[in-house]
Amino acid sequence: MATFESGLRYSESHEYVRTEGEYAYIGISDYAQHALGNIVYVDMPEVDDEVSAGEEFGAVESVKAASDLISPVSGTVVEVNSALDDEPELLNKDAFANWIIKVQMSDPSELDSLMDVEAYKAHCEA
Amino acid sequence: MDKKTCLYDKHVALGALMSPFGGFIMPIQYSNITDEHQAVRNHCGVFDVSHMGEVRITGPDAERYVNHIFTNDVTDAPTGQIYYGMMLYPNGGTVDDLLVYKMGADDFFLVINAANIDKDVAWMEEHKAGFDITLDHQSDTYGQLAVQGPEAEDVVETVLGLKVSDLKFYTAKTIPAGGEELIVSRTGYTGEDGFEIYGSHTYIIEAWDALLSSNRCKPCGLGCRDTLRFEVGLPLYGDELSADISPVMAGLSMFCKLDKAEFIGKEALVQQKAEGVSQKLVGIELADKAIPRHGYTVLHDGQPVGSVTTGYHCISVDKSVCMALVDTHVAKLGTALQVQIRKKVFDGTVVKKKFYEKHYKK
Repeated sequence: MATFESGLRYSESHEYVRTEGEYAYIGISDYAQHALGNIVYVDMPEVDDEVSAGEEFGAVESVKAASDLISPVSGTVVEVNSALDDEPELLNKDAFANWIIKVQMSDPSELDSLMDVEAYKAHCEA
Repeated sequence: MDKKTCLYDKHVALGALMSPFGGFIMPIQYSNITDEHQAVRNHCGVFDVSHMGEVRITGPDAERYVNHIFTNDVTDAPTGQIYYGMMLYPNGGTVDDLLVYKMGADDFFLVINAANIDKDVAWMEEHKAGFDITLDHQSDTYGQLAVQGPEAEDVVETVLGLKVSDLKFYTAKTIPAGGEELIVSRTGYTGEDGFEIYGSHTYIIEAWDALLSSNRCKPCGLGCRDTLRFEVGLPLYGDELSADISPVMAGLSMFCKLDKAEFIGKEALVQQKAEGVSQKLVGIELADKAIPRHGYTVLHDGQPVGSVTTGYHCISVDKSVCMALVDTHVAKLGTALQVQIRKKVFDGTVVKKKFYEKHYKK
């Protein structure tokens, strides 16, 4: 069964955001990693790349298919989780502990349009 | 509306991920693709392949008719022998790839791809004029299981009680069971030893239950069927073969007997062999872990030269590889090519299409 972490914001496309001041740690939810199955590759942007809310910034690949990663917020990539290069399966082991990119947000008000954990849970059950 | 195989309820009860494939709603995976793949490589797995189509051709002209529509040569075939080959359009494009079983004098059993059943049967009907044959479309009659893996022989013999150790690779026989005649062959689509069993829906359901409750055999979905066949370089119609891809382009000329008197598409293949083809199917190994998927563009010095037909991060050899149809001038082994994967371009090299060695028991 998928677990849900409170205190995060979630997008309809199953990315989560954990905020720390002006920084956003973006990853995929436990629900998403369950649905994808064995993750074998994570396609990540580079540091200093710009990401835009609602737009693709990379992909998570299972054996069978590639799923786009959609950025929940806009800003500049300041760090990527390079551990995922060698161990993409970390997302299967603990999706919430293993964020994918860290973004310096350009418009933190975008967070308001994301779901809280209760709304996201309802979204997944729908 | 997608059709259901006779084992549909079993798949749902096992919690399989179900998805449309070839006009059927089929199990893609039960647990996960990697585990199911490894079960077949190392032990034994069972697949519901009841979606495959079956056509029986009988009559005095059966052999001449099969030779007319089929690229391989079934002349004077011994009973039980199985042939792989294609049906072609006159221009050399592929109608379908199929297995032809010689079941007896004037008696052939043809196994075709699910997605092509309607098209194939119409094609066969269209080309039977002038042949004294009976064409019996039996896809709804038969269910089919594929039991695959190094332990398959023992599992089929001990769990199902079918004597198959005497079957050679690519041969078949009928075996009586519960008042019916099963067709059992030493064939498969995984690169491992294994058997395919054709029987009534009732028999197939019983056999499935027996195999699963024996704990000798893992239920395997179409997800790993694709990774398994891909690794050993077996083509899938729709990816490596199509109306636009001839067997010569796909590197399957050995299954097209150009010394045969005639078959539909022969002239086109003779011409392709003589003049060369514009594109060829190759293997590409990527230096990076990124995964090339069907339809992605292949580049040479920045110019598009083709596209990926199937690609995976290969489970058995831990490399990102693909098959791709590329312009002939860049199809030589060792040629440096690139694959565009989303926004990035990844370096690769042309390699053999077989990424993992087959382990057939011949």
